[in-house]
Amino acid sequence: MKQSQQSNDPLASPPGMISVTVDGRTVLVPRTMPDWQGRQVPTTMLQACELAGVTVPHYCYHPKLPVAGNCRMCLVEYGVPALGPDRKPVRQPDGSLVIKKSPRPAIACATPVSPGMEIYTSTPTVKLMRQSVLEFLLINHPLDCPICDQAGECKLQEYSVEYGRASSRFAETKVHKNKQIDLGPRIMLDQERCILCSRCIRFTRDVVGDDALGIINRGSYSAIAAYPGTTFDNNYTLNTADICPVGALTSKDFRFQMRVWFLKETMSLCASCGTGCNIVIGSRENCIYRFTPRQNDAVNSCWMCDYGRLNYRWIERTDRLTRPGGSKLTSPDWEDAINGIAAALKKAVPGHIAIVASARLTNEELYLVRRLAQFLGAPTDCVPRSGPADNLLLCADRNPNTKGAQLLGIAASPPGVNLPVFARLIRNGTIRSLLVFGEDVTRHGITADDLARLDFLAASDIHTNGTTAVSHYFLPGCAHVEKRGSFTNVHGRIQRFEKAVDPPGLARPELHWLRELVCRVTGQSMGGTVESVFEAMRAEVPAFRNIAWADLGDHGVATHG
Amino acid sequence: MPSERHLILKNIRKPGYSTDIECYLRHGGYQALRKALALQPVAQPDGTAIGPKEQIRREVEISGLRGRGGAGFSCGMKWSLVDRKSGKPIYLVCNADESEPGTFKDRQIIHRDPHQLIEGMIIACYANDVHLAFIYIRGEFIEGARILERALEEARAAGFLGRNILGTGYDLDIYIHRGAGAYICGEETGLIESLEGKRPYPRIKPPYFPAVLGLYQCPTIVNNVETLCAVKHIVDMGGAEYARLGTPDNTGTRLVCISGHVKRPGCYEIEVGKVTFRDLIFDEAFGGGLHDARQLKAIIPGGVSAKVFRAGEKVRVTKRAADGKMFETEMDVLDLPYDFTSVSAAGSMSGSGAIIVLDDSADMVEVLANISEFFAHESCGQCTPCREGSLWMAKILRRLAKGNGQPADLALLLSVADQIPGGRTICAFGEACSWPVQSLLVKFGDEFRAKVQATADKRPDRAFAEVQ
Repeated sequence: MKQSQQSNDPLASPPGMISVTVDGRTVLVPRTMPDWQGRQVPTTMLQACELAGVTVPHYCYHPKLPVAGNCRMCLVEYGVPALGPDRKPVRQPDGSLVIKKSPRPAIACATPVSPGMEIYTSTPTVKLMRQSVLEFLLINHPLDCPICDQAGECKLQEYSVEYGRASSRFAETKVHKNKQIDLGPRIMLDQERCILCSRCIRFTRDVVGDDALGIINRGSYSAIAAYPGTTFDNNYTLNTADICPVGALTSKDFRFQMRVWFLKETMSLCASCGTGCNIVIGSRENCIYRFTPRQNDAVNSCWMCDYGRLNYRWIERTDRLTRPGGSKLTSPDWEDAINGIAAALKKAVPGHIAIVASARLTNEELYLVRRLAQFLGAPTDCVPRSGPADNLLLCADRNPNTKGAQLLGIAASPPGVNLPVFARLIRNGTIRSLLVFGEDVTRHGITADDLARLDFLAASDIHTNGTTAVSHYFLPGCAHVEKRGSFTNVHGRIQRFEKAVDPPGLARPELHWLRELVCRVTGQSMGGTVESVFEAMRAEVPAFRNIAWADLGDHGVATHG
Repeated sequence: MPSERHLILKNIRKPGYSTDIECYLRHGGYQALRKALALQPVAQPDGTAIGPKEQIRREVEISGLRGRGGAGFSCGMKWSLVDRKSGKPIYLVCNADESEPGTFKDRQIIHRDPHQLIEGMIIACYANDVHLAFIYIRGEFIEGARILERALEEARAAGFLGRNILGTGYDLDIYIHRGAGAYICGEETGLIESLEGKRPYPRIKPPYFPAVLGLYQCPTIVNNVETLCAVKHIVDMGGAEYARLGTPDNTGTRLVCISGHVKRPGCYEIEVGKVTFRDLIFDEAFGGGLHDARQLKAIIPGGVSAKVFRAGEKVRVTKRAADGKMFETEMDVLDLPYDFTSVSAAGSMSGSGAIIVLDDSADMVEVLANISEFFAHESCGQCTPCREGSLWMAKILRRLAKGNGQPADLALLLSVADQIPGGRTICAFGEACSWPVQSLLVKFGDEFRAKVQATADKRPDRAFAEVQ
């Protein structure tokens, strides 16, 4: 280390900062950094190394879990400034510090840094320690990668490439454990693959608050287990399969379905409640295989609930609407459908038309609905959905974009309060035309008999439903995984998502045909991309002012709502 | 003439001495406690005063008492590290999880003189502002737990425990917690976890230093049974007087457990450093020598986790001359004084005071296989090197002992053992399981090589495979 300038003295850092040297590179790191709960605690070696651009391999450490320090993969060597008899740092003639190397290594995940500390992550000793830990982890490991779902995203595999031996020195009989433990309704456990990092235990106990998992037996015979007589069943169990660094915990939903390296990864959001957990959609050849959480500390940390994660199979249902239709449409032709609806709307009289739009539609789509409603002088509302909330992520509002619908003036206050009004106005003949986007109003207080009274009814949805069945025109919409757009979550955070798979048949994203409808009905022109609709929206709606599409990035931003 | 020096065993060895409190009181029991509780603040020249509790802590510091559990850490230092400003309660835990193979000294105290331990504990608690203390006793000591329970009840009834002890206003209660049969519970942070009702997984340090974040995340002192008994004697006789026993840096008396191939295995109390291995093994006052026609082969000096000495081995130690200067000298291991510093300077440790003597009838491969199986069985399994390495070594050694070894196994064994200790594991179990392997393989390498060679000779196919 070269620190000849006193001004660069590692012991004279700016307030709140500490100077440490990682593999010869001196960096200033904050004195404290957030721990797994976000509390400021002394910065660890591992965090300092990250800031210095050096990744320290690890298994048990997870930034969102309490530190366990059990895998020993992150052992590093280090030194601290030597102190003289006067308890003051000893300096070289050039003023640089004399570093006293510790005779014992330290786990980077749990050891705080101190001023002037030097961390060595790539010495022969450190490399040997990593090789040894890896060898120890593998001696009783079944090495069944060819049939293991974790293959391709397995830390054992990854570190084996870097630190593994080509052949095993282990000539004894391996410890055999249970390879197929039905831990709970959604999780399978292979005890032989487990490296006992305890991430699953810590997550379940400390994040979920369910003391369901533990370790039984001891030494090399140790194994993860659910508490005797219980099953591992809370709404967050599948996160343990995500954080399991090996293939010990697997999702019953995903196991044996697809090799992970074949999966296309799409940045998206969970649409099952108003929280808006950030996710990655794993798909291949237009088929969705899994949702996994994507870290966003402002929303869902690294987690998502099982309910939201598994709520995707309906997308492949066979009763999807795949083409435009309705009693007044003679052929399944988009042009005819839009023209027919536009013609009817041009004749609609303000005060005699209403719109119900789903709070599952995107901000951009709801903005187009707003344009339409404003032009037509139509009152609007959404269909509220609710269910029990829990104390972690699942929120009572089961629509992904209620907040967006509120900010855009689509949702009544409270949402849904207009629906019985609409029903009454249909029955007394005031409302003569109704547009329903993405909902089945026959399940929400407006009966099929009510709908039969209307002069004009156009509806859209993803599946056939009671409303589309009696519509003059119906249009096939898209699941959110089949389109791009943004949702505003219950806390007012606007986040974008990308398209993972194509919609079935002739179905098109709502944004596309809503824009055509708006242009046709109002005579205004407007760009056809999500970005251009977003631009128009933010110019008009105060809650989105000063937010550019590009600002949304991967993690979204707070609206002004 | 080397001889025992009885302090802790003083009453135990008297005929008719029993565990009843009346018997203890007849023999001067609880006088040290009365003395401690009667201490008055001592005015200092600068106008300040040293309170009675601090006086006791100073006496312990002056006594030079080193922990008798195994590490030999200064008791006064341990107490001085306790965070007394946290506002949280301070706990004291007596570590009675005596499990190191070869060690059976705490059991003597518990079974025969429980009140001595309780008195020492009360004094230590008083000195450290502790109002709740625990005796963590190993699960197998069923009788010991029963005896202690009864003794605690007697002490409570006599006013030595509970509220307002002896009218001083000091409150203390002591509870017994029985372990469930795990060696690792003797590791102080594992013990604390177990006491909290969890698996005894040792805690990572930092941040969980017991003196700051111990039991229930409160400052905690964990002291061995014998250490706490010594505290009673330090208060009794004064720290300086106690320090006159033994040798500098290794003061007082110490219980030594001699087992193995000696005529008089047993628990003996010595002045630390005043007797040598030769005395302990051969003198009539101690081990009384080997069985007839047997030769000394090895000494395990401090419980099975200590590195072994080979008979006839020359060890280099640094000694203090009469003029105070240090000098290095070489001596036969049998002439090594039995104390923390000397045994450690000679490359091993006096650990828990358990000396295991092995004569020439011992098969060292079998010995090591046995030791390694113990550690593989007792590894808690929390951290990787110990969990996997301890069983790996045990399996290799069992194979060797059965006559299925190969020459390459010895280097493999050593390389496995080298990757477990030295800070690679959370607790010192890593050292405990690998030191015996490292030391036996090096010091009795000829025996191991002969064993695998015999195998190779018997099975030329395997030997041929080895050459290939």
